[in-house]
Amino acid sequence: MAKSIPLNVNGKSVTVKADDPDMPLLYALRNDLGLHGPRFGCGLGQCGACTVHVDGKAMRSCQIPLSSLTAKQKVVTLEGLAGAKKLHRVQQAFIDEQAAQCGYCINGMIMESAAFLAGKKNPSEADIRAALARNLCRCGTHARIVRAVKRAAATA
Amino acid sequence: MNLVASRRDMLKGGGALVVAFSFSAPAGDALAQGAAAPQGAAAAKPTALTEVDSFLAIDPKGLCTVYSGKVDLGTGVRTALSQIAAEELSLPLSAVTLVEGDTSLTPDQGNTWGSLTIQIGGMQIRNAAATARDALLEEAAKRLGVKKEELTASDGIVSGGGKRTSYGELIGGKQFSLKLDHTKPAKAKDPKDYRLVGKPVPRLDIPDKVTGRFTYMQDFSVPGMLHGRVVRPPALDAKLESVDEGSIKDIAGIVKVVREGNFLGVVAENEWAAIKGAQQIKARWTKAESLPDPARLWEHVRASKVAKEEVTSSVGNVGAAMAELDARTIKATYDFAIHTHGSIGPSCAVAELKDGKLTSWSASQSTHSLRKQLAAMFGLPPDNVRCIYVEGSGCYGRNGHEDAAADAALLARAVGKPVRVQWSRADEHGWDPKGPPTLIDLRASVDRSGNVTAWDSDFFIPQQTPASFNVPLVAASLAGMPAGTDTAPGNIFQNSAIPYRFPSMRTVCRRLETTPFRPSWIRTPGRMQNTFANECFVDELAAAAGADPIEFRLKYLDPADKRGIEALNRVAALAKWDKRPSPRPRASGDVASGRGVTYCKYELARTYIAAVAEVEVDRKSGRIRVPRFYVAHDCGQIINPDGLKNQIEGNIIQTVSRTLIEELKFDRSMVTSLDWDSYPILTFPDVPEIVMDLIDRPTERPWGAGEPTAAVVPSAISNAVFDAIGVRLRSVPYTADKVKEALKSI
Repeated sequence: MAKSIPLNVNGKSVTVKADDPDMPLLYALRNDLGLHGPRFGCGLGQCGACTVHVDGKAMRSCQIPLSSLTAKQKVVTLEGLAGAKKLHRVQQAFIDEQAAQCGYCINGMIMESAAFLAGKKNPSEADIRAALARNLCRCGTHARIVRAVKRAAATA
Repeated sequence: MNLVASRRDMLKGGGALVVAFSFSAPAGDALAQGAAAPQGAAAAKPTALTEVDSFLAIDPKGLCTVYSGKVDLGTGVRTALSQIAAEELSLPLSAVTLVEGDTSLTPDQGNTWGSLTIQIGGMQIRNAAATARDALLEEAAKRLGVKKEELTASDGIVSGGGKRTSYGELIGGKQFSLKLDHTKPAKAKDPKDYRLVGKPVPRLDIPDKVTGRFTYMQDFSVPGMLHGRVVRPPALDAKLESVDEGSIKDIAGIVKVVREGNFLGVVAENEWAAIKGAQQIKARWTKAESLPDPARLWEHVRASKVAKEEVTSSVGNVGAAMAELDARTIKATYDFAIHTHGSIGPSCAVAELKDGKLTSWSASQSTHSLRKQLAAMFGLPPDNVRCIYVEGSGCYGRNGHEDAAADAALLARAVGKPVRVQWSRADEHGWDPKGPPTLIDLRASVDRSGNVTAWDSDFFIPQQTPASFNVPLVAASLAGMPAGTDTAPGNIFQNSAIPYRFPSMRTVCRRLETTPFRPSWIRTPGRMQNTFANECFVDELAAAAGADPIEFRLKYLDPADKRGIEALNRVAALAKWDKRPSPRPRASGDVASGRGVTYCKYELARTYIAAVAEVEVDRKSGRIRVPRFYVAHDCGQIINPDGLKNQIEGNIIQTVSRTLIEELKFDRSMVTSLDWDSYPILTFPDVPEIVMDLIDRPTERPWGAGEPTAAVVPSAISNAVFDAIGVRLRSVPYTADKVKEALKSI
């Protein structure tokens, strides 16, 4: 019997029906809510492609069972990061620096960086590299990603 | 197709621009990216390489659809190909849409591999666009009564003599019916008139990729689609003895357990049920130990049966030169580990088998070849198989996409509905084809003055089935369906011969009958491994001669090959190269720094790359850092300089990762590197700063850039380590343990 699970995603109250309340948030976002920003990369919390914000913290949605979330916790995905009229400064910086190759990891890079910059003003390049150390990119876009995060930090 | 032929026959002699019948498949983009198209809807569109209409169509509004058999694997080449077409047609970039890799709509321009998308695919599109433009001007001249020479085209408007018309009016929705000869391309624009080519046009896909709007293969769905997962054997050659279907009966949403021989899969109504089903199903497999002892991998490779020997270059008499009395012989053996592709998004595909017709959506770099493979697997005529490309996570060679396509097709056949298959991380690491282990023996003779008199090398590399690159599909092999018998590591003999002119040279590829894992091409296949050994060994000879490594190379390069010499000189300037022999005098402290050079002329025929790596080696921990990497790059005419930089950066960073840390682990049964902890890749703190000098030659033909820079990375780093600490690393990856071990030897 499917269970209804209330969530708050991108500022909206939604209900997800799941047979298994321990289904990771990632699948609810992608398949039930049609939010493809968070991506499946490993399902093991190792790569960061599925990163979302939960109450402003960057978290790996493949490691969050639905049952662990309450409707009070605010989940934000890449789709919900921008304001109504303007992209989030990190998204804009990624466009300005052309910081993507295949772009599959970029959700994680942007979500991780946005949460990082929200809590850190004027980060050094070493700070940025350390903040992204657990996010994997295979195309080798790292140099551009670091430049984009620097640019975003400077446009705070 | 016959219908089109007969119509065309009727229209023969109708002038350069045949506008008498309507182009029946303008919805190409919807078919490629959208839901399942009615079979045969696109049958009227030609796809032969010899037709303008195969490559492009212009609708009544003047919007152009370009049909490209080459696809964007995450490299940004969609933007570059659009630039080429828009430039040649004098259209704004926004008027061009690219449809990629759809066997019903796009010409077969060959696999998207080998750094050939711009060089071959782009030039075919340029030829089609130039031919179309000329025909449009010709037709406009007729209709307007103005001489063709007095007409100009701009943004899809043709004007001159006070009159004007548009592409939409001239051709809109109709076929050009013009032939193409790619060996004699139409006159293209003069590069001095370019307004799009050569400019750093921003990538068309990035805005959607940073906002979550982009549809990757992994996001693609069709109505009524079910979710499948594969259950691979625990050992490469294990046989499936029994399956306990009851073991997953309590999981809600399971539709079917599919077993065909040793192929096992689970289909479910939703993705999570499929994942749990695949994880929890109980199956009994035989034990199998078909892999060599990993501790004795190189003995195994050396002892593998040689299918044939290929001499890739032979100059003078190597044996005689080595027997000279005053000759000093230097020998070394190099090895390069087995690598996995490691796309961040595991392979994914959707398939639908209906009324004997198979439609397959995947991120395959080779939809046209995949179509033939799937047709053979299912015993279908190729015309009944349509393969459609949907961009996936980055693809660096033949990885798992084609296999996922076969999995999806097999599961779709079993349930009679469309099925999406998403591989797990372990499926990807465990079952994508591998870059094969490479072993290389080198010998050279040096006379008393340090001059090289002979060069002799043997490459132990798997054979390549002649002119056939169909890596057998896993599902077909497991299910006992026709899978073919190709061994297809790619053209890995390339760059076994060297660009230097030594008095005697012999380079031989010993093509081995077998290799431990199903091989395929991974970025810069063979060229990387071979350049690694060759360029390290050249450095060994320079050190033996007490010569500066760049001067030593320049001494032996063909003086007529000016572009190569320029690349080397420019990287020396870029890196502020300090002219002296290696190694550098020992300095105090645990961390030693050094610099190393590498030169490569890709396949000895195209893109020139010269690079300098700077390294820091911690003598105590054995850890190597690459703080900076310099490259001078000449690929002829640059289409998009920022796209090119992005590719070069990616080549370097990915290959620093492969060189320093990557190595597939396995036991006698199976791959044991099944996640990112057991197959780590380079992370942000260790990524080098990259400094580059792009040598643009607008009047030369464009060559490829997706691979060449990767070729120079392993040897540049090894040569820099030698410069820093005086030990030669001859085994990729350069782990800390290998560095410490090597330091013991001095």
